[in-house]
Amino acid sequence: MPQVLDRIQIGMVVNGESVTIMAPSTATLLDVLRNGLELTGTKYGCGEGECGACSVLLDGRVVNSCLVLAVECEGSKVLTIEGLESNGQLHPIQKAFVDYGAVQCGFCTPGMIMAAYALLESNPAPTEDEVKRGLEGNLCRCTGYQKIIEAILSLAVRGADDV
Amino acid sequence: MAIPLTLSVNGEAYTVAAEPADTLLDVLRDKLRLTGTKKGCNVGDCGACTILVDGEAMNSCLLLASEMQGKSITTIEGLAKDGKLTPVQKAFVEEGGIQCGFCTPGMVMSATALLNTNPDPSDDEIKEALSGNMCRCTGYTGILRSVKRYKRHSGECTCKQEEPASKDAGKPKYDSVGVSIPRVDAADKVTGRATYTADVSLPNMLYGKILGSPIAHGRVKRIDTSKAEALPGVVLVITGADVTDTMYGVSPARYDEHVLAKEKVRHVGDEVAAVAAIDEKTAEKALTLIEVEYEELPAVFDPMTAIADGAPQLHDQYKNNVNTHVDHTFGDIEKGFAESHHVREETFTGNNVYQSPMEPHASVATWDNDGTLVLYSSTQVPHYVQYMMAHVLHIPLGKVRVIRPTVGGGFGGKAATSPLDLCAAILSQKTGRPVKMIYSREEMFHYGRGRHKQHMKFKLGVDRDGKIKAFKSEIHLDGGAYSSFGVATAYYAGSVVPTLYHFPAYKFDGYRMMTNKPACGAMRGHGVPQPRFAFECLLNMVADDLGIDPIEIRRRNAMTPNTLTVNEMDVGSCEFRATLDATCNKSSWNEKYGELPPGKGIGVGSGGFVSGAGYCIYRGQVQLSHEKPREHFQKRSIFPHANAIVKISEDGMAAVLLIGAAEIGQGSDTVLTQMCAESLGIPVSRMRIRSEDSDISPLDLGAYSSRVTLMAGHAVSRAAVDVVDKMKPYAAKLLDCQEEDVEARNGKMFINPKRDNPSRDRKGADNCCSDSAEAARCKGAAHDNPNRNRKGADTTIDDSRTIPWEEVARQYFNDNGPLVGTGCYKPPDGLGGDYKGSTVGTSPAYSFGTSVCELSVDLETGKVKVERFTDYHDCGTPINPQAVHGQVEGAIVMGASETIMEDVQFDEKGQILNPNLHGYLQMTIKDAPEIFSGIVDSYEPRGPFGAKEIGEGSTLPVLGAVAHAIANATGVWIKDLPITPEKILKGLKCVPGPGTMHER
Repeated sequence: MPQVLDRIQIGMVVNGESVTIMAPSTATLLDVLRNGLELTGTKYGCGEGECGACSVLLDGRVVNSCLVLAVECEGSKVLTIEGLESNGQLHPIQKAFVDYGAVQCGFCTPGMIMAAYALLESNPAPTEDEVKRGLEGNLCRCTGYQKIIEAILSLAVRGADDV
Repeated sequence: MAIPLTLSVNGEAYTVAAEPADTLLDVLRDKLRLTGTKKGCNVGDCGACTILVDGEAMNSCLLLASEMQGKSITTIEGLAKDGKLTPVQKAFVEEGGIQCGFCTPGMVMSATALLNTNPDPSDDEIKEALSGNMCRCTGYTGILRSVKRYKRHSGECTCKQEEPASKDAGKPKYDSVGVSIPRVDAADKVTGRATYTADVSLPNMLYGKILGSPIAHGRVKRIDTSKAEALPGVVLVITGADVTDTMYGVSPARYDEHVLAKEKVRHVGDEVAAVAAIDEKTAEKALTLIEVEYEELPAVFDPMTAIADGAPQLHDQYKNNVNTHVDHTFGDIEKGFAESHHVREETFTGNNVYQSPMEPHASVATWDNDGTLVLYSSTQVPHYVQYMMAHVLHIPLGKVRVIRPTVGGGFGGKAATSPLDLCAAILSQKTGRPVKMIYSREEMFHYGRGRHKQHMKFKLGVDRDGKIKAFKSEIHLDGGAYSSFGVATAYYAGSVVPTLYHFPAYKFDGYRMMTNKPACGAMRGHGVPQPRFAFECLLNMVADDLGIDPIEIRRRNAMTPNTLTVNEMDVGSCEFRATLDATCNKSSWNEKYGELPPGKGIGVGSGGFVSGAGYCIYRGQVQLSHEKPREHFQKRSIFPHANAIVKISEDGMAAVLLIGAAEIGQGSDTVLTQMCAESLGIPVSRMRIRSEDSDISPLDLGAYSSRVTLMAGHAVSRAAVDVVDKMKPYAAKLLDCQEEDVEARNGKMFINPKRDNPSRDRKGADNCCSDSAEAARCKGAAHDNPNRNRKGADTTIDDSRTIPWEEVARQYFNDNGPLVGTGCYKPPDGLGGDYKGSTVGTSPAYSFGTSVCELSVDLETGKVKVERFTDYHDCGTPINPQAVHGQVEGAIVMGASETIMEDVQFDEKGQILNPNLHGYLQMTIKDAPEIFSGIVDSYEPRGPFGAKEIGEGSTLPVLGAVAHAIANATGVWIKDLPITPEKILKGLKCVPGPGTMHER
């Protein structure tokens, strides 16, 4: 018999659906999302929390999924980029990124959008500075950030109008 | 509640979370993503899921994953080591043991288990070991050869087939055409790497299921989906109210199917609602929670009852349930019968035969953010699916991308857009997530589209010598609840009968009837096998009446080359007589017929088919019918039916053939690659083919009507010639010669030393059109010769005046960019007569064949053992003889199987009694006969390299030959199919004993 690796059963709710998976105790949330659940929208950019490409929401809080152990997520709610679209319609943040040209290579985009999502959840009308602070953990090498900031501010303005 | 499991698979330990009820098959496929192991029936009937557990072959669908801990599991992915095939896998590749490949992993695993314990098995031991593995393509003949080849270890080929002897020494010899190379997809199929639609997995994917009607006829009064929607994991439930009113189908004048029932259900299984959920089990559970209230209506199941006044009506538009009525009379039928020396009238009944491909239908739909539908579908007809999706969803055809992954057999059952295609697309559109849908084996039967059961009343008049004077046919086809292909089926049931024998006068009355059963469609031989069975039986009866040998009576009436039949079908090449003579000799017919003891029988049947339908299924341009008025029919193709692009890699070392022709197991990728390589002048090993994606490849109408070899073959050859023509100026410069002196062959370009030698010209090349499109419009024998670059093939090449093919290709690229050639094919203009329905049965060319069946019948039990088949076919030039034999062997087993055992049975409420592979009997390796398949020398001027069809025509002689052999063995003609032991025994009770012919 081949050597049996230690695996731990983890149950969590990902994008509203209950899932149960087996993962090594050392697996990160990112590993489980990408390899176990085949939710490859969340990206592996550095594996050490520098770039933010793996940003997801864990119980409503934005985290670098590469820095979270999967076992810590037992019973948690996880929202990934795949969970934002609804009935085939883009989420307003996704639409703003498209409309403002905030996407180039797209590798940072899922993480940027998740960070923006978390920001707008806690602060529906952020200032430009607040947007920058909200996204400071997400690196982008293509856009120079300008259009990303514009995209998010466009939502902040709309949010203010709604109020 | 999921439990942790540790499984040892292919030497690796995997720990997964699985439900206690999960089968090993589901865990292998869904959790470990080892999709080489296939799900064909999920109840242990088919063997496609065979794996090894501690060395023993087992059906993984019958094993609980939770019980497999501590055992050593081997799947197909675990056989080949270090990228090298095992000897068993190699033998399957080389011996043609593979066609669609869906049964292949299971077959290879069973064979491996056998050979591990018994390295030198007898034929019977092989058959016993593989008897739990069903194959629908190969007729098991190639599989048996494969296992035996392994046994010999010698590498010596044990094939029995003869390569066609060339009687014309002047014909050029080809490098890649006429050669039995292994299938280009064989290695992928034997290792489990081939990806079928059910193996496709997209991130964030949902699973869909369809709720079918439990009753045969009724009105939908109320649907309550709330409980299903409340089930955790259910994402969406849709009903008829949620889908478009646009109806779909196959025949454009009779689109009569709703995606989901709007008002009525018309057969058990008719689609009522669909669910998308996070996994298949949740979707299945949700179906049970949908509440539907029906008002049950009287139903009708028999076509002869359905036509009567007062019978329940299925559709308002089909009065008396007549879906279509064909009324054709050619020649003076009354005079023909009046002048006949002998007239015999008989009635025959067919059976409900189901294609039963090993791969269940599957679809995966996803939508790009730009509004493009991407549909993975297990289909024979990607273009028609594309057309129908656009039609139903009201989007331009250009916004539909159809990807056809590897297809595990079709036989006509995958020749139309399926409810899975439509529901997956709609569920995906509404949820914004990819949706996968797969039919269970039972659902396949409820979807139907199998062969029409035909009720046939035939009358044949012949003169003193047995020459046919007149033939009258009245047929009622049991169509089921929807039109599907049925209008064409009704016409085919009449139109292809006169292509085999000369009929001076012919009358055909066909009624396609609606009944409350799953719709029937097109199955291998489309509409023709049952009338062909009946006609061949009647001809044999008449031969016996007159004391003429059955083969001799065929010779006397046999179709001749270059004949316009009584119904204006344009027959070109025809070596029917040669098939009769060869089969007669090879089977020792003259020594056996009439000389066998009771219980032993020999019988003959003939048949032939179209090599591609002359016309597209829909009229006009590639444009949706609800965007424009219905177009007036023109007797010409509006657009090319087959199209190809050949793209040469920038280093000149590889050529990629882009074509939409659907490889469904029949081998089209292989023969098209061969023809392309031949016309390019490079070896097949430098070719690749991409035929699976409508975004990559141009339109091809698909794999139906036995059209691919002829039509797509022309397109690929023309595309290749286009490439070579572009290279010629560069080659001429490098070789310092005239462009017209350049020839390409075997990876080289050179000056043809004998290019002025007129003897090189071949039959059919005389009026060679220089322009492909122009050539395509030519009518008659003179199509362009795809091989016109080949000028002095048999002459010696001067090495000093030769340059590498790739060098020329690079030079072209340096100056012009991409080296790409295109080619297309339109059937000849003007095919068919001027009467209504004259287009059905038209084709550029027709095939012919004859089968002799030898069998034994146990006169105590009525059990039939089909022992031996001898078959010769006129398929023009065989592009790949092994593939031709594979088609013939598969057709013989399928045809013999439907003659004696296959029948979808219904109860009095329209429920299918045997929607599974243990109730619907089809031949296993133990039932299959020994087969000799031969090819007669023939050349079709309208075909590429002289080729025509083989796939469907090879079915047609079989049914009649089996029925004749049973009559010969028992003295009883059984005239309704299938010829079961019960019917034989009943027949035997009515006659004094074997030896004299009687009818039941």
